[in-house]
Amino acid sequence: MKNVLILGGGVGGTIVANILARKTSAENIKITLVDAKDKHVYQPGFIYVAFGNEKPESLIKDERKLLNKRVEFIVDEATKVDAEKKHVFTKSGKVLDYDYLVMATGARLNAAEVPGYEDAFHFYDLESALKLRDALKNFNQGKIVIGIGGLPYKCPPAPSESACQLDYVFRQRGLRDKVDIHYLSPLPRVFPIESVSPLIQKVMESKGIAVTEMFNIETIDPKTKTVSSLEGESIQYDLLIVVPPHRGAKIVEDSGLGDRGGWIPTDKHTLKVKGHGNMYAVGDCTDIPTSKAGATAHYEAKIIAENIAAEIKGERLKEYDGKVRCFFDAGFKRATTISFNFDHPPKPIPLSRHWYWGKMLVGKLYWRVVLKGYG
Amino acid sequence: MSTQPVKADRTIDARGSYCPGPLMELIKAIKEAKVGEVVAVYSSDSGSRRDIPLWVNKAKHEMLGIMDREGFAELVVRKSH
Repeated sequence: MKNVLILGGGVGGTIVANILARKTSAENIKITLVDAKDKHVYQPGFIYVAFGNEKPESLIKDERKLLNKRVEFIVDEATKVDAEKKHVFTKSGKVLDYDYLVMATGARLNAAEVPGYEDAFHFYDLESALKLRDALKNFNQGKIVIGIGGLPYKCPPAPSESACQLDYVFRQRGLRDKVDIHYLSPLPRVFPIESVSPLIQKVMESKGIAVTEMFNIETIDPKTKTVSSLEGESIQYDLLIVVPPHRGAKIVEDSGLGDRGGWIPTDKHTLKVKGHGNMYAVGDCTDIPTSKAGATAHYEAKIIAENIAAEIKGERLKEYDGKVRCFFDAGFKRATTISFNFDHPPKPIPLSRHWYWGKMLVGKLYWRVVLKGYG
Repeated sequence: MSTQPVKADRTIDARGSYCPGPLMELIKAIKEAKVGEVVAVYSSDSGSRRDIPLWVNKAKHEMLGIMDREGFAELVVRKSH
């Protein structure tokens, strides 16, 4: 009997558990998933809480109901990994043994890294998305500035997507001529992906969204309502939206498994933690130079589950090719899709309603198809 | 700017990274680095040869070199402040 222990019940951890449960026999493998919370939250929905009419409760479900019945689910905080003895310690005092460990510990938001952040809003957790929604309801004129407070951050296209959503919100309210929208891009272009950037640039130009390039936010001065960059520029705002800096999970840092940012050094093809043959990492927690997004974790998780099953059976292992597929909603129910891997950059695909409804459909299929590992 | 090899304190293999891409990986590494440290980035993205020197110049760090490797470029930057 082999023990597979999964730390984290986000998209990556849940898919690994569910596929493993289907692909292996209960006589050979015990699967345990540990998470500090008993709820699963659909994070791509946060943008529609902040800028749309999405109800928070529609984004939350019980993790237990999303997991295969064979998976033992422990609601507890994993606090430390002893990789040598193959133990994981939890806050309540449990010591969990493993033969294979899957780190699915995600990313932490660390707004305090940016001085003055208390004057900014964001939509990277549910509570903050609701605060932003309320602030926008009361905002009738002035300048809204959107920027990025630290790298890396989850879903690299989300900030420019949010600028387009703001345009949509204020045009619907008939206030667009009274609201300036100013996007601060950390790069010398408007969009992270070079091949898609000209498409998004045209979209933003057509909406009258101002852009300042190479502006990586370093400090915020709430008194003067000014945001400043590490490149030495400053811009004033009336309402400020800043993607908070992210770090790896505390358990990663406390276990000595992370790099300077708390990200786990991970082989981008095998998805094994470097230097640990029986440890995998999935999703946001890795240092793999790709998008920190569910759209990445989804495909990585399939490879990890199949490889753990294959390792136990003595079969040949697969490699992750870097596959990611996501969407960009430009507002007015028009979107594009972005698909790429390590060898092939994405091709720009014109905006259409088709891809908007595709994005909405993925949100619906997430619970019953994606998390089960069928999609 | 030199084309000679420079010993890096940290090397980031961003080959095959299209999102967020090699420059975001570099900016992250420069923020984490100590002043004077050298960061090298491997990039298979042709845009990096333009983007990375543009940002390094704007952020007032030092572009130490761009070396052609087999199928990719190595871009080397020193954190200046």
